[in-house]
Amino acid sequence: MAKRATRESYGAALVEYGSNPNIVVLDADLSKSTKTDMFKKTYPERFINMGIAEGNMMCVAAGLAASGKIAFASTFAMFAAGRAFEQVRNSIGYTGLNVKIGATHAGISVGEDGASHQCLEDIALMRSIPGMVVINPADDREAMQAVKAAIDHNGPVYMRFGRLAVEDVNDENYKFELGKGVQLKDGADATIVATGLMVEMALKAAEMLKTEGISARVVNIHTIKPIDEEIIIKAAKETGAIVTAEEHYIMGGLGSAVAEVVCANAPVPVKIIGTDRFGKSGKPAELFEEYGLTPENILKNVKEVIKLKK
Amino acid sequence: MTMDKKRVTELSIIANRVRKNALTAVYNAASGHPGGSLSIADVMTLLYFEVMNVDPKNPKMENRDRFVLSKGHTAPALYGVLAERGFIPVEDVATFRHIDSYLQGHPDMNKVPGVEMSTGSLGQGVSVAGGMALAAKLDNKDYRVYSVLGDGELEEGQVWEQAMFAAHYKLDNFTIFVDNNGLQIDGDITKVMNPTPIDEKFKAFGWNVIVTDAHDFNKLLDAVNQAKAVKGKPNEVIMKSIKGKNVSFMENNPAWHGAAPKKDEYEQAIKELDEIIKGLEASL
Repeated sequence: MAKRATRESYGAALVEYGSNPNIVVLDADLSKSTKTDMFKKTYPERFINMGIAEGNMMCVAAGLAASGKIAFASTFAMFAAGRAFEQVRNSIGYTGLNVKIGATHAGISVGEDGASHQCLEDIALMRSIPGMVVINPADDREAMQAVKAAIDHNGPVYMRFGRLAVEDVNDENYKFELGKGVQLKDGADATIVATGLMVEMALKAAEMLKTEGISARVVNIHTIKPIDEEIIIKAAKETGAIVTAEEHYIMGGLGSAVAEVVCANAPVPVKIIGTDRFGKSGKPAELFEEYGLTPENILKNVKEVIKLKK
Repeated sequence: MTMDKKRVTELSIIANRVRKNALTAVYNAASGHPGGSLSIADVMTLLYFEVMNVDPKNPKMENRDRFVLSKGHTAPALYGVLAERGFIPVEDVATFRHIDSYLQGHPDMNKVPGVEMSTGSLGQGVSVAGGMALAAKLDNKDYRVYSVLGDGELEEGQVWEQAMFAAHYKLDNFTIFVDNNGLQIDGDITKVMNPTPIDEKFKAFGWNVIVTDAHDFNKLLDAVNQAKAVKGKPNEVIMKSIKGKNVSFMENNPAWHGAAPKKDEYEQAIKELDEIIKGLEASL
Protein backbone atom coordinates (compact mmCIF):
# COMPACT_ATOMS: atom_id res chain seq x y z
CA MET A 1 0.00 0.00 0.00
CA ALA A 2 1.14 3.52 -0.73
CA LYS A 3 2.32 5.74 2.10
CA ARG A 4 -0.48 7.76 3.62
CA ALA A 5 -0.60 10.36 6.38
CA THR A 6 -2.79 9.37 9.32
CA ARG A 7 -4.73 12.61 8.92
CA GLU A 8 -5.81 11.24 5.50
CA SER A 9 -6.84 8.03 7.21
CA TYR A 10 -8.89 10.11 9.67
CA GLY A 11 -10.80 11.79 6.85
CA ALA A 12 -11.30 8.51 5.01
CA ALA A 13 -12.48 6.72 8.17
CA LEU A 14 -15.01 9.44 8.93
CA VAL A 15 -16.50 8.82 5.49
CA GLU A 16 -16.26 5.03 5.75
CA TYR A 17 -17.82 4.78 9.23
CA GLY A 18 -19.77 8.01 9.13
CA SER A 19 -23.12 6.68 7.90
CA ASN A 20 -24.39 6.55 11.51
CA PRO A 21 -26.77 9.54 11.55
CA ASN A 22 -25.68 10.39 15.10
CA ILE A 23 -22.18 11.25 13.97
CA VAL A 24 -21.44 14.95 13.55
CA VAL A 25 -18.07 16.42 12.59
CA LEU A 26 -16.91 19.85 13.72
CA ASP A 27 -13.88 21.66 12.42
CA ALA A 28 -12.26 25.01 13.17
CA ASP A 29 -11.58 26.29 9.65
CA LEU A 30 -8.99 23.61 8.91
CA SER A 31 -11.09 20.99 7.14
CA LYS A 32 -8.80 20.87 4.11
CA SER A 33 -5.83 20.14 6.35
CA THR A 34 -7.47 17.86 8.92
CA LYS A 35 -9.19 16.07 6.00
CA THR A 36 -12.64 16.40 7.53
CA ASP A 37 -13.52 18.00 4.17
CA MET A 38 -13.93 14.41 2.95
CA PHE A 39 -16.76 13.93 5.45
CA LYS A 40 -18.15 17.35 4.56
CA LYS A 41 -18.44 16.33 0.89
CA THR A 42 -20.22 13.08 1.75
CA TYR A 43 -22.40 14.25 4.63
CA PRO A 44 -22.67 18.05 4.37
CA GLU A 45 -25.72 18.17 6.65
CA ARG A 46 -23.70 16.70 9.51
CA PHE A 47 -20.57 18.83 9.07
CA ILE A 48 -20.36 21.99 11.15
CA ASN A 49 -17.71 24.61 10.54
CA MET A 50 -17.00 26.34 13.82
CA GLY A 51 -14.65 28.99 12.48
CA ILE A 52 -11.37 29.79 14.20
CA ALA A 53 -12.71 29.33 17.72
CA GLU A 54 -11.47 26.10 19.26
CA GLY A 55 -12.67 26.70 22.81
CA ASN A 56 -16.23 27.21 21.64
CA MET A 57 -15.91 24.22 19.30
CA MET A 58 -15.04 21.85 22.14
CA CYS A 59 -17.99 23.06 24.22
CA VAL A 60 -20.44 22.94 21.32
CA ALA A 61 -19.24 19.37 20.68
CA ALA A 62 -20.01 18.65 24.34
CA GLY A 63 -23.50 20.13 23.94
CA LEU A 64 -24.12 17.99 20.84
CA ALA A 65 -22.88 14.90 22.69
CA ALA A 66 -25.14 15.73 25.64
CA SER A 67 -27.98 15.67 23.10
CA GLY A 68 -27.16 12.16 21.86
CA LYS A 69 -24.63 12.89 19.12
CA ILE A 70 -21.24 11.29 18.59
CA ALA A 71 -19.37 14.54 18.11
CA PHE A 72 -15.98 14.66 16.39
CA ALA A 73 -14.10 17.90 17.02
CA SER A 74 -11.19 18.42 14.69
CA THR A 75 -8.32 20.85 14.52
CA PHE A 76 -4.53 20.84 14.84
CA ALA A 77 -3.21 19.13 17.97
CA MET A 78 -1.72 22.42 19.14
CA PHE A 79 -5.15 24.02 19.35
CA ALA A 80 -7.15 20.95 20.36
CA ALA A 81 -4.98 19.89 23.28
CA GLY A 82 -3.19 23.17 23.88
CA ARG A 83 -5.46 26.14 23.35
CA ALA A 84 -8.67 24.33 24.27
CA PHE A 85 -7.22 22.25 27.10
CA GLU A 86 -9.47 23.63 29.78
CA GLN A 87 -12.61 23.27 27.67
CA VAL A 88 -11.63 19.66 26.96
CA ARG A 89 -10.87 19.08 30.63
CA ASN A 90 -14.02 20.58 32.09
CA SER A 91 -16.71 20.18 29.42
CA ILE A 92 -15.58 16.86 27.89
CA GLY A 93 -13.31 15.07 30.37
CA TYR A 94 -15.08 15.89 33.62
CA THR A 95 -18.50 15.23 32.09
CA GLY A 96 -17.39 12.06 30.25
CA LEU A 97 -19.40 13.19 27.24
CA ASN A 98 -19.16 11.28 23.97
CA VAL A 99 -16.78 13.60 22.14
CA LYS A 100 -13.96 12.40 19.88
CA ILE A 101 -11.13 14.83 19.38
CA GLY A 102 -9.42 14.39 16.01
CA ALA A 103 -6.12 16.21 16.45
CA THR A 104 -4.00 16.38 13.34
CA HIS A 105 -0.58 17.90 12.61
CA ALA A 106 0.80 16.54 15.87
CA GLY A 107 4.51 16.33 16.48
CA ILE A 108 7.61 17.81 14.95
CA SER A 109 6.88 16.22 11.55
CA VAL A 110 4.62 19.20 10.84
CA GLY A 111 7.94 20.52 9.56
CA GLU A 112 8.21 23.92 7.95
CA ASP A 113 5.46 25.62 10.00
CA GLY A 114 7.83 25.54 12.95
CA ALA A 115 7.57 25.43 16.73
CA SER A 116 4.28 27.32 17.13
CA HIS A 117 2.50 24.52 15.26
CA GLN A 118 4.55 21.51 16.31
CA CYS A 119 2.55 20.13 19.22
CA LEU A 120 4.86 18.07 21.42
CA GLU A 121 2.81 18.27 24.62
CA ASP A 122 -0.57 16.84 23.69
CA ILE A 123 -0.06 13.29 24.94
CA ALA A 124 0.99 14.63 28.34
CA LEU A 125 -1.92 17.05 28.50
CA MET A 126 -4.60 14.62 27.39
CA ARG A 127 -3.20 11.78 29.50
CA SER A 128 -3.65 13.96 32.58
CA ILE A 129 -7.44 14.04 32.19
CA PRO A 130 -9.20 11.19 34.06
CA GLY A 131 -11.15 8.93 31.71
CA MET A 132 -9.69 10.35 28.50
CA VAL A 133 -8.65 7.68 25.99
CA VAL A 134 -5.49 8.70 24.10
CA ILE A 135 -4.66 7.04 20.78
CA ASN A 136 -1.61 7.70 18.59
CA PRO A 137 -1.82 5.42 15.54
CA ALA A 138 1.28 4.35 13.62
CA ASP A 139 -0.07 3.84 10.13
CA ASP A 140 -3.06 4.12 7.86
CA ARG A 141 -4.65 0.81 8.78
CA GLU A 142 -4.30 1.49 12.48
CA ALA A 143 -5.62 5.03 12.17
CA MET A 144 -8.70 3.93 10.22
CA GLN A 145 -9.53 1.23 12.74
CA ALA A 146 -8.82 3.58 15.65
CA VAL A 147 -11.55 5.91 14.38
CA LYS A 148 -13.96 2.98 14.25
CA ALA A 149 -12.97 1.99 17.79
CA ALA A 150 -13.48 5.57 18.96
CA ILE A 151 -17.01 5.54 17.53
CA ASP A 152 -17.75 2.28 19.33
CA HIS A 153 -16.33 3.54 22.64
CA ASN A 154 -18.79 5.56 24.71
CA GLY A 155 -16.83 8.46 26.18
CA PRO A 156 -14.12 10.98 25.37
CA VAL A 157 -11.29 9.94 23.04
CA TYR A 158 -8.28 11.96 21.88
CA MET A 159 -6.83 10.80 18.57
CA ARG A 160 -3.44 12.04 17.44
CA PHE A 161 -2.77 12.14 13.72
CA GLY A 162 0.20 13.26 11.66
CA ARG A 163 0.68 15.41 8.59
CA LEU A 164 3.49 13.34 7.13
CA ALA A 165 2.82 10.27 4.95
CA VAL A 166 3.94 7.12 6.77
CA GLU A 167 4.70 3.54 5.73
CA ASP A 168 2.58 0.61 6.82
CA VAL A 169 3.84 -1.15 9.90
CA ASN A 170 0.83 -3.45 10.20
CA ASP A 171 -0.21 -6.05 7.63
CA GLU A 172 -3.61 -6.59 6.01
CA ASN A 173 -4.72 -8.95 8.79
CA TYR A 174 -4.24 -6.27 11.42
CA LYS A 175 -6.98 -5.91 14.03
CA PHE A 176 -6.90 -2.80 16.23
CA GLU A 177 -7.87 -3.40 19.82
CA LEU A 178 -8.36 -0.34 22.04
CA GLY A 179 -5.92 -0.44 24.96
CA LYS A 180 -3.91 -3.38 23.59
CA GLY A 181 -0.27 -2.99 22.59
CA VAL A 182 1.05 -4.87 19.59
CA GLN A 183 4.24 -6.88 19.63
CA LEU A 184 5.59 -6.46 16.11
CA LYS A 185 8.87 -8.30 16.60
CA ASP A 186 10.09 -10.61 19.35
CA GLY A 187 13.44 -10.10 21.00
CA ALA A 188 15.32 -11.03 24.17
CA ASP A 189 17.95 -8.37 24.95
CA ALA A 190 15.81 -5.22 25.20
CA THR A 191 12.40 -3.87 24.15
CA ILE A 192 11.73 -0.81 22.04
CA VAL A 193 8.30 0.58 22.93
CA ALA A 194 7.24 3.07 20.29
CA THR A 195 4.18 5.01 19.23
CA GLY A 196 3.03 6.80 16.08
CA LEU A 197 5.55 7.24 13.32
CA MET A 198 8.36 6.17 15.64
CA VAL A 199 7.14 2.58 15.32
CA GLU A 200 8.51 2.36 11.80
CA MET A 201 11.86 3.70 13.05
CA ALA A 202 11.83 1.21 15.92
CA LEU A 203 11.45 -1.64 13.44
CA LYS A 204 14.39 -0.30 11.41
CA ALA A 205 16.48 0.04 14.57
CA ALA A 206 15.69 -3.57 15.50
CA GLU A 207 16.88 -4.74 12.05
CA MET A 208 20.12 -2.79 12.46
CA LEU A 209 20.63 -4.19 15.96
CA LYS A 210 20.13 -7.70 14.61
CA THR A 211 23.16 -7.30 12.33
CA GLU A 212 25.16 -6.46 15.45
CA GLY A 213 23.89 -9.55 17.25
CA ILE A 214 21.44 -7.74 19.51
CA SER A 215 17.90 -9.10 19.74
CA ALA A 216 15.42 -6.26 20.31
CA ARG A 217 11.69 -6.70 20.81
CA VAL A 218 9.44 -4.06 19.25
CA VAL A 219 6.12 -3.12 20.83
CA ASN A 220 3.71 -0.64 19.29
CA ILE A 221 1.65 1.25 21.88
CA HIS A 222 -1.11 2.93 19.89
CA THR A 223 -3.35 3.44 22.92
CA ILE A 224 -1.29 5.46 25.35
CA LYS A 225 -4.21 5.64 27.75
CA PRO A 226 -5.42 3.27 29.04
CA ILE A 227 -1.99 1.73 28.49
CA ASP A 228 -1.47 -2.00 28.03
CA GLU A 229 0.32 -2.74 31.31
CA GLU A 230 0.54 -6.45 30.63
CA ILE A 231 2.62 -6.20 27.46
CA ILE A 232 4.98 -3.69 29.12
CA ILE A 233 5.47 -5.71 32.31
CA LYS A 234 6.07 -8.81 30.21
CA ALA A 235 8.66 -6.95 28.13
CA ALA A 236 10.38 -5.63 31.25
CA LYS A 237 10.54 -9.07 32.84
CA GLU A 238 11.59 -10.94 29.72
CA THR A 239 14.05 -8.49 28.17
CA GLY A 240 15.19 -6.53 31.24
CA ALA A 241 15.58 -3.15 29.54
CA ILE A 242 13.33 -0.72 27.67
CA VAL A 243 13.78 2.17 25.25
CA THR A 244 10.72 4.25 24.43
CA ALA A 245 10.38 6.37 21.29
CA GLU A 246 7.80 9.05 20.54
CA GLU A 247 7.40 12.21 18.52
CA HIS A 248 6.63 14.19 21.69
CA TYR A 249 8.38 15.97 24.53
CA ILE A 250 10.31 13.58 26.78
CA MET A 251 8.18 14.48 29.79
CA GLY A 252 4.62 13.29 30.24
CA GLY A 253 4.23 11.23 27.08
CA LEU A 254 4.68 7.56 26.18
CA GLY A 255 8.04 7.35 27.98
CA SER A 256 6.53 8.61 31.22
CA ALA A 257 3.54 6.27 30.85
CA VAL A 258 5.81 3.27 30.30
CA ALA A 259 8.11 4.28 33.17
CA GLU A 260 5.09 4.54 35.50
CA VAL A 261 4.14 0.94 34.70
CA VAL A 262 7.69 -0.40 34.85
CA CYS A 263 8.61 1.35 38.12
CA ALA A 264 5.55 0.03 39.91
CA ASN A 265 5.62 -3.51 38.59
CA ALA A 266 8.94 -4.66 37.21
CA PRO A 267 11.72 -2.09 37.67
CA VAL A 268 14.26 -2.21 34.85
CA PRO A 269 16.21 0.61 33.15
CA VAL A 270 14.09 2.74 30.79
CA LYS A 271 15.50 5.26 28.32
CA ILE A 272 13.12 7.79 26.82
CA ILE A 273 13.57 9.11 23.31
CA GLY A 274 11.62 12.22 22.36
CA THR A 275 12.17 15.94 21.93
CA ASP A 276 13.87 17.87 24.72
CA ARG A 277 13.12 21.41 23.53
CA PHE A 278 10.77 23.36 21.25
CA GLY A 279 10.84 22.48 17.58
CA LYS A 280 11.73 24.71 14.64
CA SER A 281 11.18 25.04 10.91
CA GLY A 282 12.72 22.52 8.57
CA LYS A 283 11.94 19.45 6.52
CA PRO A 284 10.63 16.57 8.63
CA ALA A 285 13.66 14.39 7.82
CA GLU A 286 16.04 17.18 8.85
CA LEU A 287 14.12 17.71 12.07
CA PHE A 288 14.09 13.99 12.91
CA GLU A 289 17.86 14.01 12.50
CA GLU A 290 18.42 17.11 14.61
CA TYR A 291 16.10 16.01 17.42
CA GLY A 292 17.31 12.41 17.57
CA LEU A 293 14.13 10.81 16.28
CA THR A 294 16.00 8.28 14.15
CA PRO A 295 16.62 4.53 14.02
CA GLU A 296 20.29 5.31 14.70
CA ASN A 297 19.48 7.11 17.95
CA ILE A 298 17.16 4.28 19.00
CA LEU A 299 19.98 1.83 18.29
CA LYS A 300 22.42 3.88 20.38
CA ASN A 301 19.97 4.05 23.29
CA VAL A 302 19.26 0.32 23.15
CA LYS A 303 22.98 -0.41 23.46
CA GLU A 304 23.24 2.00 26.39
CA VAL A 305 20.19 0.65 28.20
CA ILE A 306 21.51 -2.92 27.87
CA LYS A 307 24.66 -1.79 29.69
CA LEU A 308 22.47 -0.63 32.59
CA LYS A 309 20.92 -4.08 33.01
CA LYS A 310 21.83 -5.81 36.25
CA MET B 1 -50.12 36.28 27.80
CA THR B 2 -49.95 38.02 31.13
CA MET B 3 -50.12 36.06 34.35
CA ASP B 4 -52.74 37.14 36.83
CA LYS B 5 -51.84 38.54 40.24
CA LYS B 6 -52.46 35.20 41.94
CA ARG B 7 -50.01 33.35 39.73
CA VAL B 8 -47.38 36.06 40.09
CA THR B 9 -47.78 35.87 43.87
CA GLU B 10 -47.42 32.10 43.79
CA LEU B 11 -44.23 32.37 41.75
CA SER B 12 -42.91 35.06 44.09
CA ILE B 13 -43.44 32.76 47.04
CA ILE B 14 -41.58 29.94 45.29
CA ALA B 15 -38.74 32.27 44.29
CA ASN B 16 -38.27 33.35 47.87
CA ARG B 17 -38.26 29.71 48.96
CA VAL B 18 -35.56 29.15 46.34
CA ARG B 19 -33.63 32.03 47.96
CA LYS B 20 -34.04 30.38 51.37
CA ASN B 21 -32.80 27.08 49.95
CA ALA B 22 -29.79 28.80 48.41
CA LEU B 23 -28.88 30.52 51.66
CA THR B 24 -29.40 27.31 53.64
CA ALA B 25 -27.02 25.57 51.23
CA VAL B 26 -24.33 28.25 51.49
CA TYR B 27 -24.72 28.63 55.26
CA ASN B 28 -24.36 24.89 55.91
CA ALA B 29 -21.41 24.67 53.53
CA ALA B 30 -19.83 27.73 55.16
CA SER B 31 -18.83 28.68 51.60
CA GLY B 32 -20.43 29.42 48.25
CA HIS B 33 -21.94 32.29 46.29
CA PRO B 34 -25.09 33.84 47.77
CA GLY B 35 -25.22 37.22 45.98
CA GLY B 36 -25.59 35.95 42.42
CA SER B 37 -27.83 33.09 43.56
CA LEU B 38 -30.35 35.54 45.01
CA SER B 39 -30.31 37.72 41.89
CA ILE B 40 -31.31 34.84 39.56
CA ALA B 41 -33.92 33.19 41.82
CA ASP B 42 -36.82 34.83 39.98
CA VAL B 43 -35.81 33.83 36.46
CA MET B 44 -34.97 30.30 37.60
CA THR B 45 -38.42 30.01 39.19
CA LEU B 46 -40.15 31.34 36.10
CA LEU B 47 -38.27 28.92 33.83
CA TYR B 48 -38.83 25.82 35.96
CA PHE B 49 -42.43 26.57 37.00
CA GLU B 50 -43.94 28.43 34.08
CA VAL B 51 -41.85 28.19 30.92
CA MET B 52 -39.93 24.95 30.48
CA ASN B 53 -41.31 21.58 29.51
CA VAL B 54 -39.58 19.43 32.15
CA ASP B 55 -40.65 16.47 34.25
CA PRO B 56 -39.01 15.81 37.62
CA LYS B 57 -40.13 12.18 37.37
CA ASN B 58 -38.41 11.83 34.01
CA PRO B 59 -35.44 14.23 34.00
CA LYS B 60 -34.11 12.81 30.70
CA MET B 61 -37.46 13.09 28.86
CA GLU B 62 -36.56 13.20 25.18
CA ASN B 63 -38.10 16.45 24.02
CA ARG B 64 -37.58 18.36 27.27
CA ASP B 65 -36.47 21.96 27.23
CA ARG B 66 -32.86 22.33 28.35
CA PHE B 67 -31.39 24.69 30.92
CA VAL B 68 -27.68 25.29 31.44
CA LEU B 69 -26.45 27.43 34.33
CA SER B 70 -23.38 28.97 32.72
CA LYS B 71 -22.62 30.97 35.87
CA GLY B 72 -22.13 27.65 37.67
CA HIS B 73 -20.97 29.25 40.91
CA THR B 74 -24.61 30.11 41.62
CA ALA B 75 -25.40 26.41 41.93
CA PRO B 76 -27.28 27.14 45.20
CA ALA B 77 -30.04 28.79 43.13
CA LEU B 78 -30.14 25.86 40.71
CA TYR B 79 -30.28 23.29 43.51
CA GLY B 80 -32.80 25.52 45.27
CA VAL B 81 -35.18 25.52 42.31
CA LEU B 82 -34.63 21.83 41.48
CA ALA B 83 -35.62 21.09 45.08
CA GLU B 84 -38.80 23.20 44.88
CA ARG B 85 -39.71 21.60 41.53
CA GLY B 86 -39.27 18.08 42.93
CA PHE B 87 -36.08 16.94 41.17
CA ILE B 88 -34.24 16.58 44.49
CA PRO B 89 -35.38 16.53 48.15
CA VAL B 90 -35.46 20.00 49.71
CA GLU B 91 -33.56 18.84 52.80
CA ASP B 92 -30.60 17.79 50.63
CA VAL B 93 -29.63 21.40 49.91
CA ALA B 94 -28.08 21.50 53.38
CA THR B 95 -25.49 18.93 52.20
CA PHE B 96 -24.17 21.33 49.53
CA ARG B 97 -20.37 21.18 49.21
CA HIS B 98 -20.08 18.49 51.89
CA ILE B 99 -17.90 15.45 51.34
CA ASP B 100 -20.04 12.61 49.92
CA SER B 101 -22.83 15.00 48.88
CA TYR B 102 -24.00 14.86 45.28
CA LEU B 103 -24.49 18.62 45.42
CA GLN B 104 -21.01 19.71 44.35
CA GLY B 105 -19.73 23.27 44.74
CA HIS B 106 -20.49 23.70 41.04
CA PRO B 107 -23.18 21.66 39.22
CA ASP B 108 -22.31 18.10 38.16
CA MET B 109 -24.56 16.67 35.43
CA ASN B 110 -23.60 13.11 36.33
CA LYS B 111 -24.71 13.46 39.94
CA VAL B 112 -27.79 15.67 40.05
CA PRO B 113 -31.10 14.81 38.33
CA GLY B 114 -32.16 17.78 36.22
CA VAL B 115 -28.68 19.25 35.80
CA GLU B 116 -28.05 19.22 32.05
CA MET B 117 -24.38 20.24 32.10
CA SER B 118 -21.49 20.43 34.51
CA THR B 119 -20.49 24.07 34.70
CA GLY B 120 -18.36 26.39 36.75
CA SER B 121 -15.65 27.45 34.35
CA LEU B 122 -17.17 30.67 33.02
CA GLY B 123 -17.98 30.96 29.33
CA GLN B 124 -18.25 27.23 28.76
CA GLY B 125 -21.85 26.52 29.77
CA VAL B 126 -23.28 28.97 27.31
CA SER B 127 -21.28 27.34 24.48
CA VAL B 128 -22.50 23.91 25.50
CA ALA B 129 -26.06 25.21 25.58
CA GLY B 130 -25.52 26.51 22.05
CA GLY B 131 -24.47 22.99 21.06
CA MET B 132 -27.72 21.65 22.51
CA ALA B 133 -29.69 24.20 20.51
CA LEU B 134 -27.83 23.17 17.36
CA ALA B 135 -28.64 19.52 18.11
CA ALA B 136 -32.35 20.38 18.23
CA LYS B 137 -32.05 22.05 14.82
CA LEU B 138 -30.16 19.08 13.32
CA ASP B 139 -32.79 16.68 14.64
CA ASN B 140 -35.78 18.89 13.74
CA LYS B 141 -36.90 18.88 17.35
CA ASP B 142 -38.84 21.74 18.85
CA TYR B 143 -37.38 21.86 22.36
CA ARG B 144 -35.84 25.14 23.42
CA VAL B 145 -32.57 25.80 25.23
CA TYR B 146 -32.11 28.36 27.99
CA SER B 147 -28.96 29.51 29.73
CA VAL B 148 -28.21 32.02 32.47
CA LEU B 149 -24.86 33.76 32.56
CA GLY B 150 -23.35 36.55 34.59
CA ASP B 151 -22.56 40.03 33.36
CA GLY B 152 -18.98 39.62 34.59
CA GLU B 153 -18.89 36.35 32.64
CA LEU B 154 -19.18 38.40 29.46
CA GLU B 155 -15.50 39.25 29.97
CA GLU B 156 -14.65 35.68 28.92
CA GLY B 157 -13.70 35.67 25.23
CA GLN B 158 -15.50 32.39 24.70
CA VAL B 159 -18.86 34.12 25.26
CA TRP B 160 -18.20 36.09 22.08
CA GLU B 161 -17.09 32.99 20.17
CA GLN B 162 -20.45 31.46 20.99
CA ALA B 163 -22.22 34.75 20.20
CA MET B 164 -20.82 34.55 16.65
CA PHE B 165 -21.63 30.85 16.43
CA ALA B 166 -25.27 31.04 17.62
CA ALA B 167 -26.05 33.93 15.27
CA HIS B 168 -24.24 32.24 12.35
CA TYR B 169 -26.32 29.09 12.74
CA LYS B 170 -29.52 31.10 13.39
CA LEU B 171 -30.26 29.35 16.67
CA ASP B 172 -33.64 30.99 17.30
CA ASN B 173 -34.50 28.15 19.71
CA PHE B 174 -31.82 29.49 22.05
CA THR B 175 -32.35 32.16 24.72
CA ILE B 176 -29.70 33.36 27.11
CA PHE B 177 -30.36 35.48 30.18
CA VAL B 178 -27.67 37.86 31.38
CA ASP B 179 -27.87 38.45 35.11
CA ASN B 180 -27.00 42.12 34.89
CA ASN B 181 -26.46 42.95 38.56
CA GLY B 182 -23.44 45.09 37.70
CA LEU B 183 -21.12 43.49 40.22
CA GLN B 184 -18.34 40.93 40.05
CA ILE B 185 -15.90 39.71 42.70
CA ASP B 186 -13.61 42.71 42.49
CA GLY B 187 -16.45 45.23 42.29
CA ASP B 188 -18.33 47.23 39.65
CA ILE B 189 -18.18 45.45 36.29
CA THR B 190 -17.57 48.72 34.47
CA LYS B 191 -14.51 49.37 36.65
CA VAL B 192 -13.05 45.84 36.63
CA MET B 193 -13.28 45.27 32.85
CA ASN B 194 -16.16 47.07 31.25
CA PRO B 195 -18.33 44.72 29.16
CA THR B 196 -20.91 47.42 28.31
CA PRO B 197 -22.82 48.29 26.20
CA ILE B 198 -24.03 44.69 26.47
CA ASP B 199 -27.15 45.23 24.35
CA GLU B 200 -25.38 46.99 21.48
CA LYS B 201 -22.63 44.39 21.38
CA PHE B 202 -25.03 41.46 21.12
CA LYS B 203 -27.14 43.30 18.55
CA ALA B 204 -23.99 43.84 16.49
CA PHE B 205 -23.29 40.11 16.76
CA GLY B 206 -26.71 39.44 15.21
CA TRP B 207 -28.81 38.64 18.25
CA ASN B 208 -32.33 39.66 19.16
CA VAL B 209 -31.85 41.61 22.39
CA ILE B 210 -34.47 42.34 25.05
CA VAL B 211 -33.73 44.41 28.15
CA THR B 212 -35.99 43.84 31.11
CA ASP B 213 -36.41 43.69 34.87
CA ALA B 214 -35.03 40.52 36.52
CA HIS B 215 -37.50 40.76 39.38
CA ASP B 216 -40.77 41.28 37.49
CA PHE B 217 -42.31 37.93 36.51
CA ASN B 218 -44.65 39.30 33.88
CA LYS B 219 -41.91 41.30 32.19
CA LEU B 220 -39.63 38.26 32.22
CA LEU B 221 -42.37 36.05 30.78
CA ASP B 222 -43.05 38.66 28.12
CA ALA B 223 -39.35 38.57 27.16
CA VAL B 224 -39.46 34.76 26.93
CA ASN B 225 -42.53 34.92 24.71
CA GLN B 226 -41.06 37.64 22.51
CA ALA B 227 -38.00 35.41 22.07
CA LYS B 228 -40.19 32.45 21.09
CA ALA B 229 -41.68 34.51 18.25
CA VAL B 230 -38.30 35.50 16.80
CA LYS B 231 -37.13 33.62 13.69
CA GLY B 232 -33.54 33.26 12.52
CA LYS B 233 -31.79 34.88 15.46
CA PRO B 234 -30.69 33.75 18.92
CA ASN B 235 -32.14 35.70 21.83
CA GLU B 236 -30.56 37.53 24.69
CA VAL B 237 -32.56 38.78 27.66
CA ILE B 238 -30.55 41.30 29.65
CA MET B 239 -32.09 41.23 33.11
CA LYS B 240 -31.46 44.27 35.25
CA SER B 241 -31.05 42.57 38.59
CA ILE B 242 -30.10 43.23 42.19
CA LYS B 243 -27.27 41.14 43.55
CA GLY B 244 -28.36 39.73 46.91
CA LYS B 245 -32.03 40.47 46.09
CA ASN B 246 -34.48 40.39 49.04
CA VAL B 247 -31.88 40.17 51.81
CA SER B 248 -31.41 43.74 52.98
CA PHE B 249 -27.76 43.59 53.99
CA MET B 250 -26.72 41.57 50.91
CA GLU B 251 -28.36 43.74 48.26
CA ASN B 252 -25.92 45.46 45.89
CA ASN B 253 -22.95 44.46 48.00
CA PRO B 254 -20.13 42.67 46.11
CA ALA B 255 -18.78 41.36 49.43
CA TRP B 256 -21.59 38.76 49.25
CA HIS B 257 -20.45 37.44 45.87
CA GLY B 258 -18.57 34.54 47.38
CA ALA B 259 -18.97 34.72 51.16
CA ALA B 260 -21.15 32.59 53.44
CA PRO B 261 -23.31 34.23 56.11
CA LYS B 262 -22.51 33.65 59.76
CA LYS B 263 -25.21 32.17 62.03
CA ASP B 264 -26.80 35.48 63.02
CA GLU B 265 -26.62 36.76 59.45
CA TYR B 266 -28.20 33.56 58.14
CA GLU B 267 -31.00 33.77 60.71
CA GLN B 268 -31.59 37.41 59.88
CA ALA B 269 -31.74 36.62 56.14
CA ILE B 270 -34.18 33.74 56.65
CA LYS B 271 -36.32 35.96 58.86
CA GLU B 272 -36.49 38.64 56.18
CA LEU B 273 -37.41 36.11 53.50
CA ASP B 274 -40.02 34.47 55.76
CA GLU B 275 -41.62 37.86 56.30
CA ILE B 276 -41.79 38.46 52.55
CA ILE B 277 -43.32 35.01 52.03
CA LYS B 278 -45.83 35.62 54.84
CA GLY B 279 -46.88 38.90 53.27
CA LEU B 280 -47.31 37.25 49.87
CA GLU B 281 -49.32 34.38 51.32
CA ALA B 282 -51.60 36.83 53.09
CA SER B 283 -52.31 38.55 49.78
CA LEU B 284 -53.39 35.33 48.06
